[in-house]
This record gives sequence, C-alpha cells and structure tokens, in this order.
Amino acid sequence: MLTQINSAVRDWPAEGLTRVPYWVYQDDDLYRRELERIFLGPNWSFLCLEAELPDPGCFRTTHVGEMPVVAARDAGGVLRAFENRCAHRGALICPQARGRSERFVCVYHNWTYDLAGNLTHVAFRNGIGGKGGMATDACPESQAPAQLRVASFCGLVFGTLSAAAPPLKDWIGPAIAPRMRRVLAKPLRPIGGYTQLLHNNWKLYAENVRDTYHASLLHLFYTRFRINRLTQRGGLLVSEDGGHHTTYTLIDAADATDAYEREKTRSAGGGGFRLEAPQFLEQFDELGDGVAIQILSLYPGFVLQQIKNSLAVRWLVPRGVGRTELHWTCFGFAGDDEAMAERRLRQANLIGPAGFISMEDGAATAYVQRGVQAASGRASVVEMGGAAAASGDSRITEAAVRGFWKAWRRQMDI
Amino acid sequence: MPLDVGLQFEIEHLHARYAHALDEDRLEDWPGFFAASGRYRIVTAENHAAGLALPVLYADSRAMMRDRVASLRHANVYEPQRYRHLVAGVLVERLDAQRVSSIAGFLVLRILQDGDTILFASGRYLDRIVLAGEEGAPQYEERVVVCDSRRFDTQLAIPL
Repeated sequence: MLTQINSAVRDWPAEGLTRVPYWVYQDDDLYRRELERIFLGPNWSFLCLEAELPDPGCFRTTHVGEMPVVAARDAGGVLRAFENRCAHRGALICPQARGRSERFVCVYHNWTYDLAGNLTHVAFRNGIGGKGGMATDACPESQAPAQLRVASFCGLVFGTLSAAAPPLKDWIGPAIAPRMRRVLAKPLRPIGGYTQLLHNNWKLYAENVRDTYHASLLHLFYTRFRINRLTQRGGLLVSEDGGHHTTYTLIDAADATDAYEREKTRSAGGGGFRLEAPQFLEQFDELGDGVAIQILSLYPGFVLQQIKNSLAVRWLVPRGVGRTELHWTCFGFAGDDEAMAERRLRQANLIGPAGFISMEDGAATAYVQRGVQAASGRASVVEMGGAAAASGDSRITEAAVRGFWKAWRRQMDI
Repeated sequence: MPLDVGLQFEIEHLHARYAHALDEDRLEDWPGFFAASGRYRIVTAENHAAGLALPVLYADSRAMMRDRVASLRHANVYEPQRYRHLVAGVLVERLDAQRVSSIAGFLVLRILQDGDTILFASGRYLDRIVLAGEEGAPQYEERVVVCDSRRFDTQLAIPL
C-alpha cells in the first residue's frame, strides 16, 4: 500500500495571518512548489545593477530561485536575461561569474548562443561529408533556454519568466516605488559584494527583513548607540497585496527617552558601553530628507537598504528547504567624492556577515530553523500590532511580516 | 639577497602570536598587535582583484578595533565558537630599515559548541610591519585579510 507522504496540502491555522505554522519552513514538496509558483511565477526577481553591465557584451550570472540565469547587455545595448542551460544536454552555457563576450559557447559540444540566449549555431549540425549530423527536420531549438522578460527601475535590473507579471513599475506599485527612487537618486557605482550562507529556509530571512519589531531588540548596537530606537520617529509602508514593504527611521539626535530601560531589554544594557571611535557613524544627509535608515523589501526575496550612507541591495537564492544564500551588492553614486567613498567603506562595518547591526540576523533565523525542528504542528505568534497587514506609524508591529504571508498564501493557494 | 633567518623567524613569531591570541579568545589583546596608526581590513579576493574597495570588516585605528571587541563582548549575538588558525608560507620582504612587508597563507577552522567544525575561511594576509614597535616588538601597520571565497557561513564575528 502506498503511503501518502507530505502531501504539501496542509491546513493553515484558523487564526489566519497571526499564526505561521512551522511546516512552511520544513516541507520539501512545499519548497519545490514555491520554486515554481513564486520564483518562476508572476513576480520580478532582481538580477543585477545596470552599472554592472555598462557596455554591450557585458554579462553576469545569477539565479532566479534555483534557476541559473545569465544577464547581459546585447550588441544593441538592450538588457537581456536567459536561463543558463544549454538546449543540447543542459550544461551551464556560461560558468563565469561575470565578464564580456560577443557570444556564449557551451563548453560541452560548442553550441553557441547570442547575448539574448538565442541558439545560433549547433556544431556539425549537418555532419561532415554527408555523414553524421542531425536530420534536416530536427529542432533542437525546442529545448532552448528560457528567455526572461527584463526591465530596469532606477538602475536595478529585474527579470521574470512570467507573461502574467504586471509591468515592473506597476508590480512595485505606488506605495513603494517613491521609496526606491529616493535612494536610487543618482547613477550607481558598485563598490563590491559578498554572500552569506544561511542555515535556514529562505522565508525566515524574508520575514526577518520585514520584522520592524526585532531590529532594536536583536541588534543591540542600534539601540545602545541610539542609531535606531523604536521611540525615534519613523514609519512603515506595506504594499496593497502585502508582499513589499518599506520602513524608515528619521534622524533624531534628541532621543532621551528610557522606554528600553523601563522594559529591561537586553539591548538597553547597563549603560557603561560607549564607542571610542564613533565618528564612522556620522551620516551625511546626502538624500536631503532626514532619513537615517530605510529598509525596503520586494516580494519575495529582494532588499534595498539605506543605513546612513551605506547603500546596498540584497537578494535571496534558495538552496534547499533549509539552506539559503543571501547575496549583497553594495554601491555608492558615480559622483561620490573621496570623503563620501571612504564614509561608505567605514559604514560597511554596519552591514554584511560582520556587520555591527546585521551579523545577528543569520544566527537568529538559524535558531528558528533548529528550534522548530520537532514542532511542525505548532505555529509562531505574529500578533504585534494586531492582525492587519497595513501601513502605519508604529514599528512595534509585525504588519509587514503578516503582509508577506498574505501574498505568499495567495500565490501558494494555501 | 641572502635570507635573513632571524627576520623570517621574527615575523613568523608575530603571526603565530596573533593567531594564538584570537584562537584563545584573547580578543582584548588583538588591537595591541597593531601600531598606534595600525589599520585592519577583511576583504574578498573577488573584490580585491576587481579593485572594489568594499570591506567585510574595517578598522582604521586601534580605537575602532577596541570598539569591535567591545561590541563582540557586549553587543553582538553570535553562536559560541572558537577559531583555529593555521598560518603557513610566510614570505618576508624588507621595505626599509624599519619596515617589512609579509604575505602569508591562512586557514581558519570554526568550531561550534556542539563540535561542528568547518573550514570557515582561507586566504592571504598582506601585511606591512614596523619592526621596532611599542616595547620593541614588531607590530602591524596594516593587515589586509584577503579571503579566497566571497561566501561566509552564517556570520563573521571574531576577526580573522
């Protein structure tokens, strides 16, 4: 008799968005459905900065979900992206991380593609001397790599496999788009990148980034030095469908409240801890709107970050149900003077795998993955700020986390 | 030029003392391996080769190094862990009467409290060293840690 294994059809708790069942981080079948429905579905995935592809022939490789992708600028200057899979035997067409080329040649049997991913040449297709080769009616093009729709927004390049995805600007939507424009105000200049390997399901990081409640409680560095306390003024925007969010904190030097001390939080500490060299934290208000920190997410796994003068994009690549890569590309603006370039490098201490205010995230999300190992029937409590998934002026809320699950449940039909 | 064996040993000894200090969790000793004007950076080989300046960790003074240690002790959350450094292939080149440069390879194993042990990082130390630093011992004027990989497992808490 066949046993029914993990039929991925599971019941969501009756409470709705205020409960997230732990099987969502553990189920292999569900994970494979996510790759199809979400990452290859009607969403836009971040591919690279336009500045990484300055000239015709420039390319870089990346992933959309688990699908390997080549992003390139073609001879006419048009941005292209295609699946990095040869039509013949499925080998990677382009194994390099980045470079410049007029065409791509699969190393296995020399099948050749143009910069848009069109198969242009099959080696010995007609054989030699009337012998070998393919039949005249053979159609290897039927297995050609998929070509993505590509669009860019303020210097960020996105792609989707879906014909059903709305145009990129509409998909980002009117609540979030202005918050991207304010950061991406000038031509971007990449200053480098790195990757973190996270030992947790990709959604735990997607939630972490939308969790405005955790920032000043987990990341002590924020709070102790009054970089970001929830008592500072700020706000939260959640897109209509719930999938995207933005949160921001205004520069506010005069926070003298004792809310954290009264709550006896770990992050408030004993008060004796002071930086000897706090100068690296000094922000130049280059965007001119008094925002100290803005974290913005696009569904499912993209983040745009402004932490003082540290600017970066981050994106998730799922690598299995309990394994995720978090990629970072940091950038400045083309016109940065020396002082600003140096300021961005010093403030890079705040972010990334060794970041004063980001190194904890990978630890915390892995703790959840391990903590819920035997609790697939239980659920997390996501009730801060009530049950809604809407914008507001408090950050002591999990509204954007609920928004993520609202979008996820709709796309997953769960 | 003949190999200056004494100098070679002196520099290898500095690298060894540095590694043992980190591996034995004597983080408070870490800034003292640097001259007063010392600088420390961790970068990836990919960024380094491309001329991209982004650091993973950056301290341009001993005060910033002490802040990093204070933050690790009192602020940052990371899983209890130790490193084991293996430093090898040390090349030393004299720059002038007071200074040398050094290139050395390293491996760093990371050991978690449950015993999980991984090869956490490999790379090169690119150093500029002043021979008669404070207390007469050599000190790093600059230590650039070039990690071979762009990918870091979970987080990089303790300096390399």
